[in-house]
Amino acid sequence: MEYVAEVVIESKPAAKDPEGATIMRDLMVKKGFDMVSEVRTAKLLRVKLVAKSEPEAISLLDKMCNELRLANPVAQNYRINILKK
Amino acid sequence: MIAVIRFPGSNCDLDAVHALGEVVGVPVELVWHENFKPSRYGGVILPGGFSYGDHLRGGVIAAFSPAMEGVKEMAEQGKPVLGICNGFQTLLEAELLPGALLKNEDLYFKCKWVNLKVESTESFFTKRMKAGSVFRIPIAHGEGRYFISDDGYRELEKNKQIVFRYVDDSGRPAEQSNPNGSFYNIAGIRNKGGNVLGMMPHPERASEAILGGEGGKPILEAFKSQGL
Repeated sequence: MEYVAEVVIESKPAAKDPEGATIMRDLMVKKGFDMVSEVRTAKLLRVKLVAKSEPEAISLLDKMCNELRLANPVAQNYRINILKK
Repeated sequence: MIAVIRFPGSNCDLDAVHALGEVVGVPVELVWHENFKPSRYGGVILPGGFSYGDHLRGGVIAAFSPAMEGVKEMAEQGKPVLGICNGFQTLLEAELLPGALLKNEDLYFKCKWVNLKVESTESFFTKRMKAGSVFRIPIAHGEGRYFISDDGYRELEKNKQIVFRYVDDSGRPAEQSNPNGSFYNIAGIRNKGGNVLGMMPHPERASEAILGGEGGKPILEAFKSQGL
């Protein structure tokens, strides 16, 4: 079965995200959206893959994130969302 | 013989070969990453550049090249391994050194001369340098913000693994002298054994007076004991 998943790779909270900070400070807040208190940018990989089941699709992507360092374990976190099958 | 490994997208490989072969006078060979035979060499350089276009993160795809198995083998044997710029990123992604390199804090690509302070002379590459001395050297990178957990930093400090810091003219690791937002102005670190060094600045671009300075030359001269 073919699944479509999103892998979201984000810096850990301890790592500053200057791009997110600038988007918030110099765009959102400056233009009046001062209810915004944090913006964090991330990298998104949309992956099509074949797996027997949704748990298997997640486990394959999890393996790739770790073994192929899609996310850097020192500085980044990741999460996997299955979009559709 | 020292190997300089060329990955697709390396672009400081020939500079490293020139500095080592012509300036320092160490036998050196440029090797395509798929053809690297570690047993032939007494040391290795991972040069600067943009291996695999810096896709995903600088150095991460090169870290999975077959050459890196050989580099790990050499590191374990105690042979000297020097990663410059993209080569430093590759050493971190291959987990030969701890930490990570993120995009520069101000998001600009930085190409300029900086001051570096020698923090540790207990390494293969800095044993001929003077502890606490400051020298000029160029940087050229977009992803040079060294990052590590607080525990990881304490470990680096304890083991004297911090080799170089960005400093001002009086040798202080000031905020204005930090070009990329690196944790505690860290510019280069070594492994516990002292034979693996990763640094963002380019010693091969600071090895001849005609280029503007020779401050980086002693780092490459360390290979003399291995390369002849």
